[in-house]
Amino acid sequence: MKKIEAVIRKSKFEDVKEALYEAGIEWFSYWDITGLGKSTEEQIIRGQVFQSSYIHRRMISIVVRDINLDKTLDAILNSAWTGETGDGKIFIYDIQDTIRIRTRESGPEALFNKE
Amino acid sequence: MKRNIVLTSLLSLLSVPTLLAQTTTSTAAPTINAGDTAWMIVATAFVLLMTIPGLALFYGGLVRRKNVLNVFMQCFIITAAISIEWVVCGYSLSFGSSTGFLAPYIGGLDWAFLNNIKITDLSPYFISHSQMGLNGVAVGTIPHLVFIMFQCMFAVITPALIIGAFAERINFKGFFVFTILWSLFIYNPVAHWVWSTDGWLFKLGALDFAGGTVVHVNAGVAAIVTAIMLGKRRDYKDHAIPPHNITYVVMGAGLLWVGWFGFNAGSGLAADGLAGNALMVTHIAAATAAITWALLDWFIDKRPTIVGISTGAVAGLVAITPAAGFVGVPGALVIGVIVSLVCFCMVAYVKPKLGYDDSLDAFGVHGIGGMLGAILTGVLASPLIQPAYSGAIYGNYRQLLVQFIAVATTIIYSGIGTFLLFKLTNKLVGIRVTDKQEAIGLDETQHGENAYNNFD
Repeated sequence: MKKIEAVIRKSKFEDVKEALYEAGIEWFSYWDITGLGKSTEEQIIRGQVFQSSYIHRRMISIVVRDINLDKTLDAILNSAWTGETGDGKIFIYDIQDTIRIRTRESGPEALFNKE
Repeated sequence: MKRNIVLTSLLSLLSVPTLLAQTTTSTAAPTINAGDTAWMIVATAFVLLMTIPGLALFYGGLVRRKNVLNVFMQCFIITAAISIEWVVCGYSLSFGSSTGFLAPYIGGLDWAFLNNIKITDLSPYFISHSQMGLNGVAVGTIPHLVFIMFQCMFAVITPALIIGAFAERINFKGFFVFTILWSLFIYNPVAHWVWSTDGWLFKLGALDFAGGTVVHVNAGVAAIVTAIMLGKRRDYKDHAIPPHNITYVVMGAGLLWVGWFGFNAGSGLAADGLAGNALMVTHIAAATAAITWALLDWFIDKRPTIVGISTGAVAGLVAITPAAGFVGVPGALVIGVIVSLVCFCMVAYVKPKLGYDDSLDAFGVHGIGGMLGAILTGVLASPLIQPAYSGAIYGNYRQLLVQFIAVATTIIYSGIGTFLLFKLTNKLVGIRVTDKQEAIGLDETQHGENAYNNFD
């Protein structure tokens, strides 16, 4: 089992969501993040145009079985890509175990519905 | 035709006793007009709504999340403290009369603690509705106490407007002392000059229907002086710091717009046609300025922004304030377009060039908008609204000159006075938070509270 965390553009979220559904991902969580670094983005407030170092992105988090890893990664890579600097990053972690609370099933079994 | 003439002569005969009756009632006790009074009580509530929660939300949304409660608290404590200052001596200093050489500049203390004011007294101030009082002095048609309360809300909102300049870096003690001193020594005299019947600008003929000079120019100039003296915020890099909650900004701007109906349409002190005109031009100027700002955003920066249209609406409301009782709809349209053009340039181009940190553009919107409104009142005042007053486009150039004098003296007095009071406050209690407090945020360091917690 692998956990995929991806930092993506907010403007690409809808595309990534669609692609994940098509790849068979039934559930994932996401949240808004703000990054602060050397790169900047244009921002406009009350007519002032300036470069802001606060970069707004969206983080999505998915846990998948090993057999689904590649197609999930492909789905994200293809849907989140623009070619411009700032498209984001993907992090992949090993997951030690998963337990479904309702049935106490554990392991990869707990990650999908057999019905 | 013949019958008409007969009828008219009959009517004129009939009206003789009526005339007699009128002369007799004029020596009778003056009466309260229920319609005027009801409207003025509602208008007073509207103007309170402008400070809390209107201005609190407008400014609170524009600051960062670590400082939003501090801004709310500043608005709230100003409402409480200045209301008390008002009944203790503020009203008397603004609208009372003094003797000798000071009379045109500041009121006396006859009405301190509202001494000598009875609940049956009628307002000594009026615009279009007046009647003869018992002692042969004309009075208005609403209770004196209602007039005092209405004006109290103006005294409250004026120092609250300055918050926009020093937000996010002032210590609470310094803010509190400065605000009280400023209301006492800057607001009260300027209100006396312009609105008291003894005031020197009033006598000169300066037109300020609802407070363009007294409220907006006054507060706007104090804003830029405090912004410069306090220095930039530690994170300010010659451009605006992004607002933390734009939904608050919109709610605040909306409540300000609603409240401004009371502010301007109440300033005629009566429920009459002049109030109707003020209501109309206030709305039209706000709408025009809002759409002008949105279009500027759209053309220059590609997209219309919510912060932009909200700011535009407020700029329009500021600029129509002195003019609301003197211009008609054409004037309101002109004022709305011009104020957004000028304030947009001020905020977007001039401020970053000059490099001062007016956190929320209290000067750029209220100061500049107020000055423009006051000057344009001298240009556009139409005799169709009040026959006694006309502006430069109707050939009355003197009015324009008088408006310039009123604005210039307010700028000088408020500028120098604010400078001195700021220095004094800094000596007495200190006025800027430490760098670390500023970094942590004023909610936590000044009040020990946080606006947004992740706990149920």
